[in-house]
Parts: sequence; structure tokens; C-alpha cells
Amino acid sequence: MTDFTTLGIKAIRDGVAAGDFTAREVAEAHNEAVSAASELNAFIVTTPDHALAAADRVDAARAAGEELGPMAGVPIGMKDLFATNGVQSTAASHILEGFTPPYESTVSQKLWDAGAGMLGKLNMDQFAMGSSNETSHFGAVKSPWRKEGSNAALTPGGSSGGSSAAVAARLCPAATGTDTGGSIRQPAAITGITGIKPTYGRCSRWGIVAFASSLDQAGPMARNVEDCAIMLGAMAGFDPKDSTSLDAPVPDWAASLDANLEGKTVGIPREYRMDGMDAEIEASWEQGKEWLRDAGAKVVDVSLPHTKYALPAYYIIAPAEASSNLARYDGVRYGLRDLPEGAGLQDMYAATRSAGFGDEVKRRILIGTYVLSAGFYDAYYTQAQKVRTLVQKDFTDAFGEVDVILAPTTPNAAFALGEMSDDPLAMYLNDVFSVPASLAGLPAMSVPATLNKDGLPLGLQLVGKPMDEQGVLNAGLAIEQRAGFTAQPEKWW
Amino acid sequence: MSVTREEVAKIASLARINMDEHALDHMVPELNNILAWVEQLGEVDTSDVEPMTAVIGQELRLRDDVVDADPKTGGGRRDDILANAPVAEHGFFGVPKVIE
Repeated sequence: MTDFTTLGIKAIRDGVAAGDFTAREVAEAHNEAVSAASELNAFIVTTPDHALAAADRVDAARAAGEELGPMAGVPIGMKDLFATNGVQSTAASHILEGFTPPYESTVSQKLWDAGAGMLGKLNMDQFAMGSSNETSHFGAVKSPWRKEGSNAALTPGGSSGGSSAAVAARLCPAATGTDTGGSIRQPAAITGITGIKPTYGRCSRWGIVAFASSLDQAGPMARNVEDCAIMLGAMAGFDPKDSTSLDAPVPDWAASLDANLEGKTVGIPREYRMDGMDAEIEASWEQGKEWLRDAGAKVVDVSLPHTKYALPAYYIIAPAEASSNLARYDGVRYGLRDLPEGAGLQDMYAATRSAGFGDEVKRRILIGTYVLSAGFYDAYYTQAQKVRTLVQKDFTDAFGEVDVILAPTTPNAAFALGEMSDDPLAMYLNDVFSVPASLAGLPAMSVPATLNKDGLPLGLQLVGKPMDEQGVLNAGLAIEQRAGFTAQPEKWW
Repeated sequence: MSVTREEVAKIASLARINMDEHALDHMVPELNNILAWVEQLGEVDTSDVEPMTAVIGQELRLRDDVVDADPKTGGGRRDDILANAPVAEHGFFGVPKVIE
């Protein structure tokens, strides 16, 4: 009998469509895997009934001879940043604990319309602020991966760490993620899975809890490039309810996948080669170049001169937007209220926000409030937005010469839970390779490359021109075919 | 630029977040570390550079001027909107008394 948890999106969808197995069997197998993996803490709530109901609808539609959607019969995990109708949606925060939206986010609705079902809401860094999953109010997610010869709990990355852990541990074939500065790519890289952040505006932000609105983008996390292409196709599309939604047709990325890169030029940004770079990361980058050459591409050096300023600019812009977005949590309309005895309205706001936000969220709100305050706005915020213009211009110039850019996804493999949580700045530096593409709004993906000497996955990142998800996916496929990455974590949970 | 303990307390007050002495003990050095690090942006010559306003060039759209154009974001959803309120009374959000 098939172990359904080993199957990806395409295999499940095609198997269900062909009648090899039912969607219900697939949903049941994944519900079991989810309930047996509580030790990973990947889910905040599980929704087995949602998955079964969606599966039954698909099985009934097939029996009736109806056309099936591109995600028909595929049970997925939903990051807890997405509002889901009737199912608690918290952004892994205390301040939204118990919040049950009476509406569905555009992206999740599109996935249900495409035939997917929901296994549960996935744990994450609180309000998507973090790179290790340790800022969740519901406790850190444990990576299914461990270093060889060690039982120490490792981070699954962040902020989409529940998503990465669940997909890597075969609890679900795919999950939604969101990426503000690397929150899809970094967790995908360090758990040996594949994830893509599309061009800013491809996926509607409507119904996604806002962190930094000019950067936030949803995207799929799955176990191979083709599955990512299928799922991204189901998630993307114009939505009049998001003012920055791209009014552009969604190409059939999955149907157009092509790993032949003849005639394509790949750029290697020389500023990404940093002093003291991890030797194994550097070796995997070299290997990536070879793979792309083998696929027919020409590989050339490019310069992105403002790379070193991308991260500090991000840590002004993102907190500034967050401080504004998170002003809505006031204990009045939804979520937590902390009303001390005899307190007035202002005291209630301050008590509620103090009790409801975690330390990292408070830190970013304070930075954002400071850089936007009178007297400091120009020196910090305006300067950061000017630097953002320069970072984008660097990419525009580079894409005059090359079709896609290859870089490492992360500066290191997975680190231990607790290893960096006392040093916010060290944690921020984990996003050094992913943030520049975010600031420029570009499509970028991470694909697994290899295992390091500790037996932990390393990823490679591909960054493309605006709207050229296809170019990114094609180069990703060329790497995937040559990397032959089949490693998976040994089950201990 | 660095911030003093009093300035951090003031920022926290502006952001409507209560911070006790212990929380300030931690937050002041952390914020100063981060601010010292972002200071490097000052090295970049941006004299002829426009600040970014939109990462992907787009025309801002206007929706049709129709009430309830979208059933999810239109009117007539009072009970849905109040459903998650910590305190809702008589069809309104309940808050502590604000006028003496």
C-alpha cells in the first residue's frame, strides 16, 4: 500500500484524478501523521475535519465526473498568519489568541477553490517577526532534523517554521508560507525543502495579518520545484481587495517548466561573498554554478554594490511599517483585552499591548515608533527608503546583463534552539542573503542543494526579474535535477 | 545616535506599551545595539536619490463607489464585526468610560 505521506502535490492530485486512491485516504493518512507529531509543535491548531470535508468534496466531484482543480485532494498546512473562516487565527501571538475570523483570506480561499484541504494552522514566529520560530507565543517549533550524533533541538527557521518543519517531516505535502525578509526561503533552506516568494503583488495580501505591507508576500513551500509551481499558480492572481495586487495574468508556470538553460545567463553577485563565509556554504554555491553551467547557462559575476546596506535598511523599514500596522491591536475590537482595576482607555491600550505582544514584537514596534518620530524620520526612515531605491537599482542594472541570480539562501545551516535568542542582532544577520530580493520586490526561491558535514541541509537561492517566476523556477529545476537531493530527517518524534 | 532610558520610556508610551523597570533594563541596550548598527546607512550618498514609494510600479485603483460592492467588506456585517470583541454591548464595542 502506498504511504501517502511520501507523495507530493502532483502525485496526490494525479493519483486521485486517476482513481488510484481516494482523496479521503490521503487526508486520513496526513491527519494521522499530524496527530502523531505533536512533539514537533508545528501546528497551533489541527483541523482534521476541514481536510476530510475537502477530500470528500473532491471524491464526490470525481465520482460525478466533474473537472478537478489543480490542488484537488491535496491536504496542506496553513500558516497561522492567514485568516481562516471559523478557525482560530493568531499569527502565533497572545494578543490574537482566540480570534476566530468570520471570513477567509483570498489566498486560502483560492487554495480551497482549487481542491485543497486544511490539516491545521501552522506555528510561526510571532507576527512573522523572527528567523528561528522562537518568538511564537505557543512555543518554538522543533525541526525534524538533528545533527548527526546529537539530540539537540534545532530551529526549523522562521518565520514560516511550522510550515518548513511540517513539510520536511512529511506531515503535509505542502504548506503556505509568507516572506517579508526571507521567511519562506530561510526555513525552506535549513529544512531541505523548496519554497518560492513570488514578485511583490502576485499573491493577494487580503486576510493575511500584516507585518510590513510593502514587503509581505505569500508563497508555497513544498518538496520539489514542480509542486511549488502548481501551488503558486493556485495562490496567485489579481484581487481588487488588495490595493497592491498585480493586475496581470498568471502564467501556467507548472506547464512551462524547462530545465534547459541554454542561452540563459546566471549572475553571481560578488558582494555576497563575505569575509568569514562558511566554507560549506561557499562550496555549495560553487557546486550550484557548476550545475547551472551543466544545464547550459553561462555564469558571470555581477555587482550589487549596496548589498551590505540592505539589511540595516530592512530593519528600519520593516519595523516602521510594523509599528503602524500593529497599532490596530488595542483590546477594543478583537483579541486580548487587559483592563487593570480602575484603568481608563489609554491605560487599557498600554496594558493590553504589554501583555499581548512578545519581546521581539515590542522591540520592533519601539524601533519603528522611534524611526518614524518627529526629528528622526528623515535621518532613519527616509534614508532607508532611499537606500531601498539603490538596492533595487542594483538589481535592475544586474538584470540588464543576466537572467537570474544565484546565491546562498542562508549564511549557515540550522542552529540550535536557544543558540541566538539572546542576541537580536545576530538573529537578524541570518537574513543577510534573503533581504535584498525582498526590498526589491523580486521573485526568489530556495532549493535544497546538499547536506553539510553535520548532516544538515543547505539551500541555494535563485532571484529573478520582476514577474519572471518562470525563470526562477526553471533554474531551480535545473539545480534540483542535478542536486538529486533525497535526504530526509530520520523520524524521532 | 543612541537613546537614553528616558527616551525609550517615552517611545514605549507613544507606542502604548507598558514597560516596567526590568523591561527597560533589557530594552535600552538592545535598541542601542540595533541603532548603532543601522547607523551605517549614513555612509551612503543618497543626495540625488528618491525614496522608494512603490516597489513595483502600479497605478492606484479606485473601487466602484457602491455600498456593499463586496459582501465581505461592505456594510451589514455588524454582528460579524462584533463577534470577536472582548466586550460588545447593544451593538457597540464596549470600552472603559472616557468622558468624565
